[in-house]
Amino acid sequence: MSFQKTLTRRMLSLDFLDDVRRMNKRQLYYQVLNFGMIVSSALMIWKGLMVVTGSESPIVVVLSGSMEPAFHRGDLLFLTNRVEDPIRVGEIVVFRIEGREIPIVHRVLKIHEKENGDIKFLTKGDNNAVDDRGLYKQGQHWLEKKDVVGRARGFVPYIGIVTILMNDYPKFKYAVLFLLGLFVLVHRE
Amino acid sequence: MVKSCEDGGHVWKGIAYRLTSSCSTLIWMSVSSRKNVDDFTGPRERSDLGFITFDLSADLKPIFDWNVKQLFLYLSAEYATKSNALNQVVLWDKIVLRGESTKLNLRDMKSKYFFFDDGNGLRANKNITLTLSWNVVPNAGILPLVMGAGRMSVPFPESYETTKSY
Repeated sequence: MSFQKTLTRRMLSLDFLDDVRRMNKRQLYYQVLNFGMIVSSALMIWKGLMVVTGSESPIVVVLSGSMEPAFHRGDLLFLTNRVEDPIRVGEIVVFRIEGREIPIVHRVLKIHEKENGDIKFLTKGDNNAVDDRGLYKQGQHWLEKKDVVGRARGFVPYIGIVTILMNDYPKFKYAVLFLLGLFVLVHRE
Repeated sequence: MVKSCEDGGHVWKGIAYRLTSSCSTLIWMSVSSRKNVDDFTGPRERSDLGFITFDLSADLKPIFDWNVKQLFLYLSAEYATKSNALNQVVLWDKIVLRGESTKLNLRDMKSKYFFFDDGNGLRANKNITLTLSWNVVPNAGILPLVMGAGRMSVPFPESYETTKSY
């Protein structure tokens, strides 16, 4: 290779491209399989969490400021949704209103439970002046167990901001995924 | 006056919430009366509406440790009626941030939220239990719900009030 080419290559730090060129087909397939394994493991961990916590969404990101100053946008919440845990006032529940996708994180204000365990309850965000009746579906006055995604049992601040960024700026999401994919494919063990 | 060290707490599958060794002093006094009014926010026409005023005194300092960001205090009323085996209504709540005064001395407090029953179960209800509880919000970690040990039971009168109570 000419001196100039080597110099340019070095200056642009493109030495890793040599690695890719040297890899033959078998190694490429191996790297793809490796990548597939990482994705599968991640999925398995997520599904495992769903089973252990009983919630379809064991980790959620806080999307609004209605629970400030306790939780801010971008905080991460860990949920459980065990049937044995009864819903009681003061608990922080994550629920979905029928027909809407976005889960809401608010606190239980009132409950009325029948002897057979049927429960209806009302929620309110800490930072809101009024309860959530205005948010529920037209004609709906209470929430029921089936609307609950889970109860917040633990929390970590700030970390969920990455998810919000990826949602608001799709280009950022694609860039992250692209870089990750590239890294896994090219990295030699 | 009820002086007690609360040992309440929920245990979450083997991971016990911190059992704080705090001693809160709660002084309660409540006056209650009741009306039957139209409840426009709820599903039915007429429901019982209870009025409770209370005094509350507490020392929250022992609950705050290095990992506590804030406390969400709430006063809840728990009772049973013919139509519902268990009812819980939050009457009043307060957020106490780390750094704020931890001594509470509230007198003649009215409830913050309307004490509507799901029906007419407040009339002549002998046993409404008022409990002070709090949700500890850490800087990071588990979110425990703790019930204070001081508890007070009040009855509602047999008849409705027709005049303004507050």
